[in-house]
Amino acid sequence: MYNPQLNKHGELNHLLTIEGLPAAHIRQILDRAQQYVTMAEQDSKKVPLLSGRSVFNLFFENSTRTRTTFEIAAKRLSADVISLNINASSTAKGETLLDTIHNLEAMGADMFVVRHAESGAPFLIARHVKPGVHVVNAGDGRHAHPTQALLDMFTIRHYKGDFTQLRVAIVGDILHSRVARSQIHALTTLGVPEVRVIGPKTLLPTGVEKLGVRVFHDLREGLRDVDVVIMLRLQNERMNGALLPSAQEFFKHYGLTQEKLALAKPDAIVMHPGPMNRGVEIDSPVADGAHSVILPQVTFGIAVRMAVMGILAGKQ
Amino acid sequence: MKRIEIVNGRLINPANQFDDQADLFIADGRIIGIGKRPDGFVADEQINASGHIVCPGLIDLSARLREPGSEHKGTLESELAAAVAGGITRLACPPDTDPTLDEPGLVRMLTHRARSLALAKVHPVGALTRGLHGKQLTEMAELRESGCIAFSHAEAPITDNLILFRAMQYAATFGLPLWLRPQDHSLANNGVAHDGEVATRLGLPSIPTLAESVAISTIVILMKETGARVHLERISSREGVEMIHAAKKYGLPLTCDVSIQHVHLSDIDIGYFDANTRLSPPLRSTRDRDALLYGLADGTIDAIVSDHTPIDDDAKLLPFGEAEPGATALELLLPLTLRWADQKHLSLGDALAKLTTGPAAILGKDVGDISVGNVADITVFDPAATWLVKPENLLSQGKHTPFAGMEMRGKVQCTIVDGRVIYRR
Repeated sequence: MYNPQLNKHGELNHLLTIEGLPAAHIRQILDRAQQYVTMAEQDSKKVPLLSGRSVFNLFFENSTRTRTTFEIAAKRLSADVISLNINASSTAKGETLLDTIHNLEAMGADMFVVRHAESGAPFLIARHVKPGVHVVNAGDGRHAHPTQALLDMFTIRHYKGDFTQLRVAIVGDILHSRVARSQIHALTTLGVPEVRVIGPKTLLPTGVEKLGVRVFHDLREGLRDVDVVIMLRLQNERMNGALLPSAQEFFKHYGLTQEKLALAKPDAIVMHPGPMNRGVEIDSPVADGAHSVILPQVTFGIAVRMAVMGILAGKQ
Repeated sequence: MKRIEIVNGRLINPANQFDDQADLFIADGRIIGIGKRPDGFVADEQINASGHIVCPGLIDLSARLREPGSEHKGTLESELAAAVAGGITRLACPPDTDPTLDEPGLVRMLTHRARSLALAKVHPVGALTRGLHGKQLTEMAELRESGCIAFSHAEAPITDNLILFRAMQYAATFGLPLWLRPQDHSLANNGVAHDGEVATRLGLPSIPTLAESVAISTIVILMKETGARVHLERISSREGVEMIHAAKKYGLPLTCDVSIQHVHLSDIDIGYFDANTRLSPPLRSTRDRDALLYGLADGTIDAIVSDHTPIDDDAKLLPFGEAEPGATALELLLPLTLRWADQKHLSLGDALAKLTTGPAAILGKDVGDISVGNVADITVFDPAATWLVKPENLLSQGKHTPFAGMEMRGKVQCTIVDGRVIYRR
């Protein structure tokens, strides 16, 4: 099947989604990231791989963490980095998305890192950029957040080693989560035998089981004997309305506490893509506790994004 | 006026299930002979339809012409030229223009412009409420006198059931038909794709089929109460087909249509966010599509429409959810209907009925029938001619269609309106 992110030799040309990405490509990215992590530990953080190349961070939707880690990653690869928050500038003046892209191409862009509120926006961009220009999806609507999923896989591999013996639970607002979708594809591609999603019916998308997951509505039941617990952020605007009555009730049933975490395997790790709502989806003692690997996730995120950008643009 | 004879063709007239070799003789805008040359008839123009099919001019119940207000997307000239090139001799246009078709003067202007172009005939569908805001009824009786054949709310929601109830009561008072696209606004929840596996995978905000079935159940209950005549536009779901089937069986004056896009496509065709497949209603599951095909076959669905919507690049080359819904379709309606007939092993007569007698009955006009004495609206097409859909070659100003690059079978050779040849290949 045609895959818009691979070139005709089957190599990664854009990173748009984890879906359909061969396991070998995922492992290649994780292996490269491991080199960068090792290098950083040896105090040589910078490599000249993207020297002379221009990376444009195009954030049509706000982000601090993702944008910053992409910036750091590009700089460590010696690229010239330009970060633009677009909602404030062009689109307000009525410029279309593709006009913006073509203008930046004319300024010599080699890579676009794109975050957009509309699912699929990076695909549109990838379809219209010049050959040799690469697109990295930094989160599109509810669809995908592939670099987040990759750094999560890196984290899981770092702490757990083998994917093929794991039980992984993803908890919370699956419906609106691009992170969850990308994680599910990554986990199933890497051979995780049991991926669970846990949440109330209002926060699970129709037919989610078709993605290859087991659905649970009861957190205690769903956490039993899992190796990895991934908590998702619950957006403020979804806490009080038709999806959920209140943050308190959500926390009571789906918030991760130490008592509930005890149902998981004794050596289970707890992950969260951030930013966390303490006391809503996760209790502070868990977030800061011995099982939490939330801060290492952030550190690994830089290496994984370096690996992605390096593999895309560093090869010519 | 020219006297025309169409000779050597295979005449298919679904109205009387005629399907045989027969010549056709036209004078003074009317059909004056079928099969046998009238005494003393001498043609000014002969059309040799050897190997071709001669059928009633096609009728499309839903085609946006974009006038007034969106001439950058389409004009009467461009879209009516596309219509006749597609063999369509008569079409109804929805009221969602800018301004909306809620004023008799506007409707008269539109029909006058269309008539002076002398291409396909245009029947405006009037706005049910002023500005399609869903609050105040339009002067429906007056609009009918200006040329509106029915009243609709296009894609605009009627969120207030009291307004819908009153509109149906009022329309029933004057015997006016309502054409409604059944969709519950709150359940549709600003979705852009069918609520199912594909939308879940692509992370697209979704519209469940129950947005359609809840709306249909409301309309059916209000029909029973008010006696209004309703035509449901562009059915998309299995539940919808089942409910309409039941309502028809019950004896309600209910009809419905389906868009040709939905006859052939499902949400799987969205692929990697192809904005050409962003349609309204959304492309649904294959299970729904199968039910639509079944509904066409058993007569639950009365007509196939093009749902032609010319859209400019600026409004379509956008992320899927931001792209304007719709596709150009006037020139594809016939070949895609033939494709459906071919796939389902239907007779050409049964298939063409969905583009002729079916929509004619909904228009409430004595058209779509090749009989002596009737107005000569005729389409001649070559059922075997194949051609490639190249957007740049379409006459419509709208170039966006999910069928771009596909091969079509069936090409219009000649279109006759009121006894005049207005398109010839």
